[in-house]
Amino acid sequence: MAATLKDATAIVGIGQTAFARHLPQSEKELACRAILAALADAGIDPGEVDAFSSYTMEETDEVEVAKAIGAGDVTFFSKIGYGGGGSCATVGHLAAAVATGQATVGVAWRSRKRGSGPRPWKNTAVQLPTPGQWTRPFGLLRPADEIGMLARRYMHEYGATRDHLFNVAMACRNRANENPAAMMYERPLTREMYMTSRMISDPLCLFDNCLETDGALACVIVSAERARDCRNKPVYVHSAAQGLPSQHHGMVNYWNDDPLSGPAWTAARHLWKQADFGPQDVHVAQIYDAFTPLIPLSLEGYGFCGRGEGAAFTEGGALELGGRLPINTGGGGLSEAYVHGFNLINEGVKQLRGVSTAQVPDATTCLVTAGEGVPTSAILLRS
Amino acid sequence: MTTAPEAAASADALLLPVPDDDGAPFWEYAARGELRVQACTACGRLRFPPRPCCPHCRSFDSEWRRMSGRGRIWSYVRPHPPLLPAYAAQAPYNVILVELADAPHIRLAGNLVTSADAPLDSMDPARLRIGARVHVVFTETGSMAVPRWLLEKS
Repeated sequence: MAATLKDATAIVGIGQTAFARHLPQSEKELACRAILAALADAGIDPGEVDAFSSYTMEETDEVEVAKAIGAGDVTFFSKIGYGGGGSCATVGHLAAAVATGQATVGVAWRSRKRGSGPRPWKNTAVQLPTPGQWTRPFGLLRPADEIGMLARRYMHEYGATRDHLFNVAMACRNRANENPAAMMYERPLTREMYMTSRMISDPLCLFDNCLETDGALACVIVSAERARDCRNKPVYVHSAAQGLPSQHHGMVNYWNDDPLSGPAWTAARHLWKQADFGPQDVHVAQIYDAFTPLIPLSLEGYGFCGRGEGAAFTEGGALELGGRLPINTGGGGLSEAYVHGFNLINEGVKQLRGVSTAQVPDATTCLVTAGEGVPTSAILLRS
Repeated sequence: MTTAPEAAASADALLLPVPDDDGAPFWEYAARGELRVQACTACGRLRFPPRPCCPHCRSFDSEWRRMSGRGRIWSYVRPHPPLLPAYAAQAPYNVILVELADAPHIRLAGNLVTSADAPLDSMDPARLRIGARVHVVFTETGSMAVPRWLLEKS
């Protein structure tokens, strides 16, 4: 019988630094602190780590991390491309490495100083050649502009409104208001604040955009067998997938038949094919939210509703605690911290351990997704 | 609205396209005032963005086919600061995505303006509408010509 990833590995440790607009430590130090916290959470000595996975755009590479934390000989390491699209794939790669015997203790991490550091979109030297030559000169400069373009079309085709986008922002903010670690803890949002806030890329306003954050997170993956001996309750990696659709193109793809069906659809097909359960069985979801429109688009892509129904899905408190699908229970990128989606992975683990600050009662299944629009990834977790 | 002298000064600092080998012909034709799209000479299919090989028949032979320059607005955004300085000076401006009349699913990013050399914020935002008919013109900016879009007379 062929090897299967299903429940063969588990996340046994999670760690994070503080989240803030400005932290004094370097990205490297933040990375090491988050990783050591995750290993301590698992009860595993750093000398046992033999696998690393990170994203491209991560300034601290595995050589520096391994040296600093005192890892042993490392036999597996990988870097996933496309910014926030890589978050869940770090877990997927380590799960595959551990499940196939290439390594025994894997660490994934993300460290960023996006709050106090430079904005990536300002580096035009990097951005202007392919594919930027077709968009940047016309002032389509930032991810917010690129997603705003899709959002306008989505609103036009399906009758989605700014109130639907507000539902997303509000659900994330409400959860952040319950999470002392969140940047937006004790900072409530109202509909009036949302509707009167300044535009960033019309139709997207300030509160449709994720937070600029300094911070780092990490998690530890071992075999299901080893996981039983760890300090905390194992959270099993049930299914994992990446998604680079046919004829895709960079940040968003305006040049295929259907730009509103992004990489989420591709990742979702493989994710569910490998799983013992479906979207209707997901108790809580952590959906990549660099921008509010990614939520309705992802709800459709991952099969929680039909095409064009994602905006309506947000109505009636569906995304809130007690709703049809509570999302981003730590506050997400919109209101907890924007660390390229790694906080969504750790929040998924907290939910299935039963220790979230916004706990969904008896949650045993969680979907975590990476950035939609870019080549992406997703994981299904279960306890 | 940006005044004409300000626009002339800041327009020099707008980003210029940096063509790669595959995209260079697009910009060379643009300099002649022609909107052309890469087409496979083996199977005849159009493709955008340009690339070395046809994704349908895998032929490496291609030509650049002239388009009518007409299209419809597929979507648009209006960026506000923070933006690069030359763009911030004209913000909020519009960026439109034009679906070419001759080539379904080929959508070009551009700007809807009142005349070829007008600033990016010259068009009244109230006239931006998905589905509006537009046609291409070209403006010299720095050493290159880039497409701009005008509303068709209705």
